[in-house]
Amino acid sequence: MSTVTAEAAEPSAPQASLRLEVRDLKIDLTSSGADVVSEVSFSVHAGEVLGLVGESGSGKTTVALALLGYARRGLTISSGGIYLDGENMLLLKPAELRALRGAKVSYVPQDPSAALNPTLRIGTQLREALSSHPDVSGDVDARMIEVLADARLDASTGVLKRYPHQLSGGQQQRVAIAMAFSCRPSLIVLDEPTTGLDVTTQRHVLETVRSLCRSYGVAAVYVSHDLAVVGGLVSQVAVMYAGRVIELGSTEQVFNAPVHPYTRGLLAAVPSPERAEILVGVEGQPPRPGRRPRGCAFAPRCSYAIERCTVETPQPVVAAGRAVRCLRASELGSDMPRRRGLLVSPVEEGSEAILDLKGVSANYGHVPVLHDISLQVAPESCMAVVGESGSGKTTLARCIVGLHPNWTGEMDFDGTALVKGARKRQKDLLKRIQYIFQNPYTSLNPRKTISQIISQPLEHFFRLPASEREARVARVLEDVSLGPDFLSRYPDQLSGGERQRVAIARALVVEPDLLVCDEVTSALDVSVQAVIVELLRRLQHERRLAMIFITHNLALVRSIAQNTVVLCEGRLVEAGPVEQVLANPQDEYTINLIKDVPKLVTHVSNAEPALDPA
Amino acid sequence: MAAQPAVVGASVPGTTLPRMDRWKMDHPLGALVVWRAALGIVTLFVVSIVIFLATEVLPGNAAYAVLGHTATPQRLHALEIQLHLNRGLFDQYWVWLSGLFTGKLGNSLANGDPVWGQVAPRLVNSAVLVFISGFVGSIVGVVLGAIAALRKDGWFDHITSVFSLAVTSLPEFVVAIALIILFATVVSHLLPAVSLLPPGTYAWDDPKLLILPAATLVIVIVPYIHRMMRAAMIEALESDYVEMARLKGVPQWRIVLVHALPNAIAPTIQVIGLNYLYLAGGIVIVEDVFNYPGIGQGLVNAVSDRDIPTIQVIVVILAAFYVFMNILTDVVALLATPRRRIVR
Amino acid sequence: MAATTLPAPTRRRTKKPPRHQWLATLGAAARTRRGAIGLGLAGFVVLVAVIGPSVEPYSSTAFVTTPFSQPTGQFLLGGDTLGRDVLSRVLDGGWVLLIMAACATAFGVIVGATAGISAAYLRGKVDGIIMRTVDVILAFPSLVFALLLVSILGPKLWLIVLAVGFTHAPAVARVLRSATLDISERDYVKAVELQGVKPSKVMRSEILPNLISPLMVETGLRLTWSIVLMAGLNFLGFGQPPPTPNWGYMIQENRIGLSSNPWAVIVPAALIALLTIGTNTYTDAVARVAIGVERKPEQAALIDELPIGQAA
Repeated sequence: MSTVTAEAAEPSAPQASLRLEVRDLKIDLTSSGADVVSEVSFSVHAGEVLGLVGESGSGKTTVALALLGYARRGLTISSGGIYLDGENMLLLKPAELRALRGAKVSYVPQDPSAALNPTLRIGTQLREALSSHPDVSGDVDARMIEVLADARLDASTGVLKRYPHQLSGGQQQRVAIAMAFSCRPSLIVLDEPTTGLDVTTQRHVLETVRSLCRSYGVAAVYVSHDLAVVGGLVSQVAVMYAGRVIELGSTEQVFNAPVHPYTRGLLAAVPSPERAEILVGVEGQPPRPGRRPRGCAFAPRCSYAIERCTVETPQPVVAAGRAVRCLRASELGSDMPRRRGLLVSPVEEGSEAILDLKGVSANYGHVPVLHDISLQVAPESCMAVVGESGSGKTTLARCIVGLHPNWTGEMDFDGTALVKGARKRQKDLLKRIQYIFQNPYTSLNPRKTISQIISQPLEHFFRLPASEREARVARVLEDVSLGPDFLSRYPDQLSGGERQRVAIARALVVEPDLLVCDEVTSALDVSVQAVIVELLRRLQHERRLAMIFITHNLALVRSIAQNTVVLCEGRLVEAGPVEQVLANPQDEYTINLIKDVPKLVTHVSNAEPALDPA
Repeated sequence: MAAQPAVVGASVPGTTLPRMDRWKMDHPLGALVVWRAALGIVTLFVVSIVIFLATEVLPGNAAYAVLGHTATPQRLHALEIQLHLNRGLFDQYWVWLSGLFTGKLGNSLANGDPVWGQVAPRLVNSAVLVFISGFVGSIVGVVLGAIAALRKDGWFDHITSVFSLAVTSLPEFVVAIALIILFATVVSHLLPAVSLLPPGTYAWDDPKLLILPAATLVIVIVPYIHRMMRAAMIEALESDYVEMARLKGVPQWRIVLVHALPNAIAPTIQVIGLNYLYLAGGIVIVEDVFNYPGIGQGLVNAVSDRDIPTIQVIVVILAAFYVFMNILTDVVALLATPRRRIVR
Repeated sequence: MAATTLPAPTRRRTKKPPRHQWLATLGAAARTRRGAIGLGLAGFVVLVAVIGPSVEPYSSTAFVTTPFSQPTGQFLLGGDTLGRDVLSRVLDGGWVLLIMAACATAFGVIVGATAGISAAYLRGKVDGIIMRTVDVILAFPSLVFALLLVSILGPKLWLIVLAVGFTHAPAVARVLRSATLDISERDYVKAVELQGVKPSKVMRSEILPNLISPLMVETGLRLTWSIVLMAGLNFLGFGQPPPTPNWGYMIQENRIGLSSNPWAVIVPAALIALLTIGTNTYTDAVARVAIGVERKPEQAALIDELPIGQAA
């Protein structure tokens, strides 16, 4: 994996021609004229990959689509220039633009399962990419075979005769990549092409993209929210926030020694699979498009913000060798944010497990999804359950809390056998085991206030006078760092992070002994994820809770858990203390999993500010 | 014996799948048709029982219902024999049900003629009316809906949307009266106001008579199809796969015809099917307004005359049409959706 | 002190959703252009029907002029088929239809919603029985079903109300069943079920509040349909017995005189049309407000820029 970084770090050939230049791009909402993206400028040379990094609401997808001269309905590209091989795309007539798309500039979508037409065969869709541009595609049939081989798809398997839903996610994405490279374009725009894929497939797809870009001298723009993925692939990074590029430089500069406070925050929030550290997130949420505050859009969330930041819009300045949009760039210098190491105290030997699973197997209908799972959770400790989609990790959680009754085996909670299904369990047991759902956008009743949502379990489990109930709700709300002004709000007035805090408060208000967290950060941005994980870690420690933390993100495990188990296709393949499993995995699946996880190399290895990458 | 999930290879050799289950997996279309047909037959069977019980048993003796005040013991007895009311309930049902299949449905209580002889030509006339208006209405609705979607928020879209919202809710007889006023009486006399057919002739012998009844039904169903087509087409045009096609540089005509249309048609087919069902009820009033000799008018007359054998037959025919149309709609919609048609 | 725990970002909606969501939705719908037009049209017809009987110039059943006489200063809309005053008959002929349609709607929605919600939440056999019954009823076109009932039991008004209401129940049941199925699978319902709360309480406090939107829209649609069906039955001669006037039958009895006095047909037909257009348009406005029939272009455009769960 370190080799990966070395490759990416190779300076592009000095003579490489300029493929793409974006100048002062501005994209507005058609209705209100409010800008979604503005003052975006960057350039990409042949064979070079630029990473466009940002969280939700940053405008990165809008910029990506604009690179094909395209704006979604409701958006207008209002000014600026996009020069592809010297020609301004925005001045082209619609017919010329159509001829350009797919031929000189092509697009790899985020979700190929939605971007491939469900009623057309793969062959038809691939052929169409070529036959729409007869002047550049040449002999279509010969090219089809070539293109499939490029994307490492085996044409002999009859893939061309199939419909999209008959392919796996990885195959679908390879088809999309084959289409994108089919006319040998000058520029390829990749919009989070690996988001839905498991890490191994993700690595293979990334390797394919990288080798194709290099061998055909294509310029590429890679859009992603995942800094670790970008770090291993691209040579230049543009970090976007609230529709503007706030930091633009080489990958080494930006990732090793960020200048902008937002970049620093973002990097500090990325969990490390190699060191146990306390995650530091960025509080608050980005402004919505069209509702940007005056001055610097990041100022409300910025710990370095001064009075001036709220009135004056920062212009890009050159600091430490890269462009930064921060008024205080020169004073701040460049520095790698440091995170405090986390001292993971190992679970005491011989302590009686609070939750003890023996030979648990579960089915969905007739389909077995879990096989013979045995694990123990020690009191006051956190157990991470790691697995990719389809590993059965969520089913395991749902069996434990009683949402999924179709299982066999034994579950013992603090000396009491757990029966199947929550309805049959004793009230006291239901109170002591609490569950936090994956998606905070669906786990809160939209018709109830936050106060009603949190006091509901209190009313159910305890007979308390109203004043005492209110006091407890207020206290738990404070514990999750939400003020009393949230009490009268409704869920749709809250951001994702705030909603997840409410869900945590609802679980904690009844003082449980075991908290089961099911992928609680997978719907959140990385800067918010860090805040929530740290909150959970602190609460687990303070309240001496036992916790099961379910995740697909191996890197998160060190920041929260003492013990971990790894699930693969419904089987438990590895178990033990976190340090031992991550540093010295025994099972082949775990070994590969750890190897394939993209890592922010520079970030971990250099706690000191980075010097020249030599 | 666990049933194999549909996502796993269907005909894996060596699996202990029962043949039936495997067949279902390999032929989802056949399985659907068989399943829906079975369900349809059961529904029809229950419907026939309901109709039979409702008309013959519930209000006491049907003979009383027919004869009312004029009942004398002799006439009552004669009618009871004619209606097989003197037999047991099960026997009565059996005679009636077998009559449905053999066409021996007895005689009308209104005029004594054989029921089937009266209903058959009406059925032909109604079928002509339903299929002509259903066909024209579907084409018009699909075309208008597709154009409105392509020109979303343009003047054409606004006008058709307002028009369809207004017309959707109009009772058929209001539309029919409006057409009569416009084309047959007050404003102009271009078309006949009534569609009386001489006995022994069919609707196609004088197509002019068909125009106003069919136009009424077309006007009534077009808004539904238009709205569905518009919505489905907009969804397709705003989908990721159409965006992807645009970004591939696919020509506009191909995007509309090859990418968007096939995806928009599948949900629209469901609505077209529903509208045929709606037409089966809609003909009742339209035929009455225009004096068009179909089963709808026949039903209204039979209800006024309390002609029970005729009511039974017409209602069974309409219910059978409903069940058949439902199956047909599902199958056609499935054929238009490869994702559902083919398992991996 | 709250402000110190979190910076308060700008809120998209600072207004609190009010306690009575449905009233707010109806109000919001009335403030849209569509909703205002719909409410205006329906309101006008309701006003005519309600005030009408007390302002009619003549008795609606008295023979006061010559059959199908043209409108004059004395008889503003002329005479009908038997020489009665058309205006008086129009003013007197709507209120029964309105009351009957409202009752049929209430009956249909209550029966249908109860059946649909129970089928969805109780599942299993209850679901099977209810939905097969729905299939059987749906096999009869609504008007045919109503005619069948009327032919059996005679044209009594309460029977027509029940018959029309009953034909709505299956459609309402289907819509509410699928809405309930959707909502009862949501995580916030699961969260409450996990505490062992009783099913009846879960339905009442978690599911029902989220069914208000589909219920409102269904009620509006069914009201329009009740009027259409009821007027259709009246038109066919099943309704109040003559000589009592009603708009539907007025069209039927006066259409032979269309060329002499078209107003005897046009006015009742127009009133029925305005009423159904009005209720339907208002319902459409309610649906747009409550359920969001179409995504706003901004939302569609920024779909990838919003947090994952929100975009869904």
